[in-house]
Amino acid sequence: MKKNKKITRRSFLKGTAAGTAALAIPVGTADASVWEAFFQQHFKEMDEDEKATVIARLEKEYKKRYKKDFSIKTTDALPGVLFGYGLDLSRCIGCRRCVYACVKENNQSRDPQIQWISVLRFEKGEKFVSNLEEADKYYYPDKVPEDEYFYMPVQCQQCENPPCVKVCPTQATWKEPDGIVVIDYNWCIGCRFCMAACPYGARHFNLKTPRIREEEINPNTHYLGNRPRFQGVVEKCTFCVQRTRGNPGRYPACVEICPVGARKFGNLLDPESEIRYCIENKRVFRLKEDLNTSPKFYYFFAT
Amino acid sequence: MGTWRLFILLTGVFVVFSLRAGPAAAKSDHDIPEFSVPPPPFSEDIFPCSDCHGDMETNPERRELEEHTEIVKMFDHASDQRWCLDCHNPDDRDKLRLASGKLITFEESYYLCGQCHGTIFRDWKAGVHGKRTGEWNGKKVYRLCVHCHNPHSPRFKPLKPLPPPKRPEEIKNRHLTNDQIPSNPLDALKLDVTK
Repeated sequence: MKKNKKITRRSFLKGTAAGTAALAIPVGTADASVWEAFFQQHFKEMDEDEKATVIARLEKEYKKRYKKDFSIKTTDALPGVLFGYGLDLSRCIGCRRCVYACVKENNQSRDPQIQWISVLRFEKGEKFVSNLEEADKYYYPDKVPEDEYFYMPVQCQQCENPPCVKVCPTQATWKEPDGIVVIDYNWCIGCRFCMAACPYGARHFNLKTPRIREEEINPNTHYLGNRPRFQGVVEKCTFCVQRTRGNPGRYPACVEICPVGARKFGNLLDPESEIRYCIENKRVFRLKEDLNTSPKFYYFFAT
Repeated sequence: MGTWRLFILLTGVFVVFSLRAGPAAAKSDHDIPEFSVPPPPFSEDIFPCSDCHGDMETNPERRELEEHTEIVKMFDHASDQRWCLDCHNPDDRDKLRLASGKLITFEESYYLCGQCHGTIFRDWKAGVHGKRTGEWNGKKVYRLCVHCHNPHSPRFKPLKPLPPPKRPEEIKNRHLTNDQIPSNPLDALKLDVTK
């Protein structure tokens, strides 16, 4: 009786290699779409045909998951456009309508909750810019604005020099020619380096599969924007890329919902745009300017 | 001779100005950009004013009014210095009247507000004061001043805020059915910008 069958180094390595390969590809669910997703190209390297294939696959997947017909755009940046955003702190009343308009437009998870906009509350006269982490974002009075406070919504600042992009090990996030920092959710590996690098807390992680009521899903999406995300990927504000990229293009959802008109949006390269008027005529500042991130998000006091 | 020269000069100036005032002026009167705007938010059944005021005697005195009591009650817009006919036109009540005496419709009430609030008017024309919807590089929808500010009591009225975000310790590891997933509080307010 041969008890100990000797394992040679060669056969061990062979076996391990075969075993790993078998494990890596989930045999049970290995229909074509899993293979395709696994070998999908980087978005920037795809040609039009490859994009169309990927979109068709995703639309099918989303339909299965949310029982709705999705449209996933892959619209490129418009030439001669660099998006900029203005927020009038003298008007903002902290009502959080922007937060939930964003959640609705951009299909953020309702459970566990993800919100791309945080509205911070500061006491008037408080030295606030250096002290964001201690700001109160859980305030909930009967009515806003309150006399002794002011409010500052913070979301992705769409930096010209984005630290999140620098640290991404898979190049799953990058800055588009129109200045929007986007994520390819199919390339994100969920390492969260970008979240650590972002000085504005603008990136959010899907710890679990995002859950949204089927009837509340927004099926008008962009590949780099509000299409439904997966568990284990990072997401962030994209200036509503699915709305704003177009000629004509619509305002972002947060701009349209704001009841006091504190939010301004436009093309930084167009001297006639609203955002250029703000920069030229108002006292603007950018958040944590000393970090050299060069945000394209301008806070101002219109008075 | 001098008069003759002056006449020619004036005619020349007139011709130049009337040419300038052609299509450009038609497009934007006083730098008012092209825009579409919803109609003024009148209270129900209040317009046209001439339905009642048409054959009424005009009385400009500050006094206790029998009608429009709710307006008098809320009136908080430099109300010590001002009374109805400082803005409403006495003779044709369906119009507003500027300090210059020029009559304007209720659709152009921004001229009236702009008389005092010049810097705000300037910002509004540039699209910076007030809410804009529509297309950032196309057709924009403006609002009149009175869509957000009641002209008789213009301060923006406080609102109930929507709920704060969940604190990290409130996040649960759970699986909910479709109906158990929290719904968006915006839907209860019937506000939707996704369409």
